[in-house]
Order: sequence, then C-alpha cells, then structure tokens
Amino acid sequence: MEVIIENLPLYWEGLLRTLFLSVVSGIIALILGTLLAAARVSPVAALRGFSTLYVEILRNTPLTIAFFFAAVVLPRLGVTFQQFEVAAIIALSAYTAAFIAEAVRSGVNSVPLGQAEAARSIGMNFGQVLSLIILPQALRTVIPPLINILIALVKNSSVAGAFFVLELFGYGRQMANANGDQVMAVLLGVAFFYLLLTIPLGILASTVERKVAIAR
Amino acid sequence: MTTHVPGDALVSLNGVNKHYGQLHVLKDINLHVRKGEVVVVIGPSGSGKSTLCRAINRLETIEGGSISIDGKVLPEEGKELAKLRADVGMVFQSFNLFAHKTILENVTLGPIKVNGVAKAQADTEAMALLERVGVGHQAPKLPAQLSGGQQQRVAIARALAMKPKVMLFDEPTSALDPEMINEVLDVMIQLAKEGMTMVVVTHEMGFARKAADRVVFMADGQIVEDATPEEFFTNPKSDRAKDFLSKLLTH
Repeated sequence: MEVIIENLPLYWEGLLRTLFLSVVSGIIALILGTLLAAARVSPVAALRGFSTLYVEILRNTPLTIAFFFAAVVLPRLGVTFQQFEVAAIIALSAYTAAFIAEAVRSGVNSVPLGQAEAARSIGMNFGQVLSLIILPQALRTVIPPLINILIALVKNSSVAGAFFVLELFGYGRQMANANGDQVMAVLLGVAFFYLLLTIPLGILASTVERKVAIAR
Repeated sequence: MTTHVPGDALVSLNGVNKHYGQLHVLKDINLHVRKGEVVVVIGPSGSGKSTLCRAINRLETIEGGSISIDGKVLPEEGKELAKLRADVGMVFQSFNLFAHKTILENVTLGPIKVNGVAKAQADTEAMALLERVGVGHQAPKLPAQLSGGQQQRVAIARALAMKPKVMLFDEPTSALDPEMINEVLDVMIQLAKEGMTMVVVTHEMGFARKAADRVVFMADGQIVEDATPEEFFTNPKSDRAKDFLSKLLTH
C-alpha cells in the first residue's frame, strides 16, 4: 500500500488531468449533443439527416477509433495540435456528444406534444419552443441518463492514456512500470481515484433530479 | 346552405383538403368567418371538426386549397408563420399550460418573448387578464395546482395576452368535470359579447344557442350545414344533422 502513499502527488496530478479532460470534453459534448438533438427534431430534413448520421456513426464505433482519428488522421489532414490533450478532447467530446444527443432526444420526446403546440400557437419560433418550453421540461427525464454518460466519459478518458496523454490511467501505467512488484496496489489506487470522481457525480445526479422535478 | 361574402372575411378557408392516409378528413372545405363573428363547429366525433380548427393556425398541414387570416395566406414553416400564429389565439382541449412555468409566466411568456413587451408591462396586463377570467389570485402557482376549469381559463388568458385577431377553441370543455364547464363557457360568452372573432369546436349546444352567430355542422369531413343557431336547431335541413340532433335531444 505504501506505493500509493509514496506516489500521492502523481495520483493527484493524474486526477486533476483526468478531471480537466472530463470537464472540458463534458461541456463541449453537452453543447454539441444538445445541438445535435435539436437538429434531430428540427423541421429541416437536411439537419435531421446529418444528426442521425453523426449519432449512428459515433455511437456505433469504438472510442479508440475516435481517438485514432483525432490523434493520427486529423494531423495528416493538416489539423495539427501542440498537445495531444487537444486530440483527446476532440475525440472524447465528439464520441460523448452522440450519446448525449440520444439522451436529450428521448427527453424531448417525453414532453407532451401539447406543450410544443401551445408554444407554437402563441407565435414562438422553433428555437424558442425548444429552449423555453421543451428542454427545461425534458431536463428532468434527461438528468439520470446524462449523468450515466458523464460517468462513462470520466472512465473513457483513460483511453487518452494510450495516446500519450498523461492522466490518471496514464500515470497509473507509469507507476506500475516503475513498481513492477506492486502492480495490484497501484491499480487499486487508480480505481480508488476514479471512484473519487464518479461517485460524487452519482450523488449530484440524485440531488439535481429532486431539484428539477416538475409536478404534472 | 347560406353563403357568406368572402370579401370581408377575417378567416377564409378555400377548397381545403386533407388526408390521414386513406382517410379523407377534410373534403373541399369552404368557410369564411367575418370580423366579430362567433362560429360554432359541431358534428359527430371523427367528422374533422378538430382538424379544421387546428388547420387554421397550421398545427395541421393541409394538402389542397388555401387558408388565409386577415387577407394573408398561411405561410409554410418559418418566421412568417410564427408571426401569423401570434395573431390567432388557440385554446386546447387539454389546456396545455406550460407545466414548468407559473400561471403568471404562462400568460406573460408570449408577450415578452414573441412581442418584445417589457416585463413590467406584460405582468400588469397579464394580471388584468387573469382577474378578468377570475383566477388573479392563482398567479404565483404552478398549473398542476389548479383545477381543470381554472387551468382552461388561464389558457384563455394566455391566448388573449397576444391580442389575437381571432380565437380558436378546440373542444375547450371536453376534458372538464361537469361542474367546471360553466365557468369556462361564461368566460367565452363574455368574450363573444365583447366582439371577439371566434371559431369554437364544441359539444356544448347551450353555448351554440346562446353565443353563436352561425353554426357549422360537419360530418365525414364535409360542411353539411351552415346556418344561424335558430335555423339549425329548430329546422335542420340535412338528414345527417337531423340524425345528430335527435341523438342529442333524446336524453
């Protein structure tokens, strides 16, 4: 166990990097995912088609492919980054956005159609109907699946470790290599620090869920 | 069948057709509603009367013919349609108050977000409207805390807040408990007396007799009769209308 104590600063550094990757990718994915969901329910057929295609491709391919694409293919197409973190953030947010889009879409579908009709009948445009009436009510049903997706995002960020980004899992690998006789303890430590991030997310979920409950 | 001059019509439906798959729900509908007129649409269920009402603000699209409001043909989706809808108030069978907004917000949302009215002014006007329909003291509550009759009166206030040229009522009392029907009808009768142009789809024959200028009887997607309430209820011309009325009056 002392390997964990000895390496606390490394764990801490890894935790912060993982947190950074997750928060930045999470915010981008939330925005992108919501836009994709909006496109999916919009009256414009081209937007619906694009959104469907995007979600189906990203959701049905492994995350490693998204990483490979962002870290290897994009630079060959002339999109280069100073740091691999940027590629990791692109891959993570692009991948997670597909799942968020589906969660938000199901939330939108859970709001009774009459709400949108009433909003349209007082002259609101599509954007207003969605942002003022539908999404605030969809939030309630969307929170639990959304938190699931964000928890998955925190864990998925470990894939970045395989692409030369040092985060919790990446540091874990380093430590395991340096302490070949205590791999088990090192990995248990890594798991513990992941739990430190993900468990509070779950608690947050139930708190928010209670706060946004809407009486019908 | 009485014919009306379409020249001064506020709401004009010309040769409107619509199908739901095989079902021909609106067959060559011609209907003209003049300013200040109260037209009550009645008919057996499935006759297309709700579809007709919803088509007037394009909640239902139509396949043939045209609908115009105050001389302007209903546009396709987009800004122009939203603008025109703001001029057409709609009251639904299931109220459809915004569940996450207070009663006051339900009424002020349209004026503030669509018409750009300042919040203070919108609040004052909304309170006046809520008082007028008798639910002023409910302003800070959420819709779920109100009875059906109260919710429907708020829905009327919400539509009126947009200062519409015409009000559409799609079976406004059908989802209400019997003891709450009158409080909603009273508001509607008051509105009719004040000269609001109204198209009302309803099963309330009492309201039709009392407040309607014209009764339009629909069956199988067609307008079968278009007459004054007096004429229609005492001397219906078509067999369909006679049959419909006889079924109503036996109990």
